[in-house]
Amino acid sequence: MGSRRRDIPEINAGSMADIAFLLLVFFLVTTTMDIPTGLQVALPPISEEPPEDSKQKKREVLEVLVNAADQLLVEGSPLTIDRLQQKTIDHLTNEGKDPTLSTTSTAAIVSLKNDRGTSYDMYVQVYNELTAAYNRVRDDYAMQEYGKSYKDLDPQRDKDKIKEVKKKYPRKLSEAEPVSIGSE
Amino acid sequence: MAKFKKDGGRATPAINTSALPDIVFMLLFFFMVATKMRDKEMKVKTQLPTATEVEKLEKKSRLHYIFVGPPLNPEFGTSPRVQLDDAFATVDDIQQYITLKNGEKDEKEVPFMTTSLKADKTVKMGIITDIKQELRQVNALKLSYTASKEVKD
Repeated sequence: MGSRRRDIPEINAGSMADIAFLLLVFFLVTTTMDIPTGLQVALPPISEEPPEDSKQKKREVLEVLVNAADQLLVEGSPLTIDRLQQKTIDHLTNEGKDPTLSTTSTAAIVSLKNDRGTSYDMYVQVYNELTAAYNRVRDDYAMQEYGKSYKDLDPQRDKDKIKEVKKKYPRKLSEAEPVSIGSE
Repeated sequence: MAKFKKDGGRATPAINTSALPDIVFMLLFFFMVATKMRDKEMKVKTQLPTATEVEKLEKKSRLHYIFVGPPLNPEFGTSPRVQLDDAFATVDDIQQYITLKNGEKDEKEVPFMTTSLKADKTVKMGIITDIKQELRQVNALKLSYTASKEVKD
């Protein structure tokens, strides 16, 4: 009995690799590996009270308008998209020098208003430029104060530094309540 | 030198491939763990806009997806439509969808839920604004305009 059992031939495992490859290819094809990236936005909560922006002095607000033809109007004058970032940086870092721009960086507000007919692509581009302006001024400030760019500050160890930078340049990007002016 | 030529020309023994399945299985498990099944069938075209200031999103389990774009199938017209999960929807369905999806989650996780808005470049802001209003109504305030990273040249 015992001797016969020992005679069982070894199972051929040569095709095991083929089966495993088949499974591997199946998983490669059906899965996605892309890391989702996007522009982060914090929407304002809905409140019943009327907005209190009438209190804001006009010079603190940088008004950015995008119309249905994807044209940009900043502070009442047309501007091209590639100059929007610099304009916003000027506004945020003005510190009272230019009488038409903000008095302090903590009070500076950027107001974005778009039309229902504005294309999403244009809107994302404008939003991107405004975000870039905030990131740039924060980077410069962190570099000047701590010798490190804002992105490189460690959220755990440099908590106070991050707070300080955020306090100096608070992200006050307000979006107007939707209105319909042009056609979609 | 002759020493090295001694075995030349002889048939080499077969390479032992018994470890090959192990290696392949290892790869297989890596892909099974590291990736996610493509679970949504796209019904609308979403050619994402590009941006330079994009940030990586949180864990995939903390995302709601909303797709907006012109239908891939021309039978459904060319005007932008909203897709939730696998089906076409309207802007009015968003509130219910987000509430339903939040209900499935742990209560502690709900404030961290981000809505990933995947909209086509050509879509007009009207529909996007409506979606934003709907999200505000259900207090889903974290939104992400999904965009691909622009390579600066």
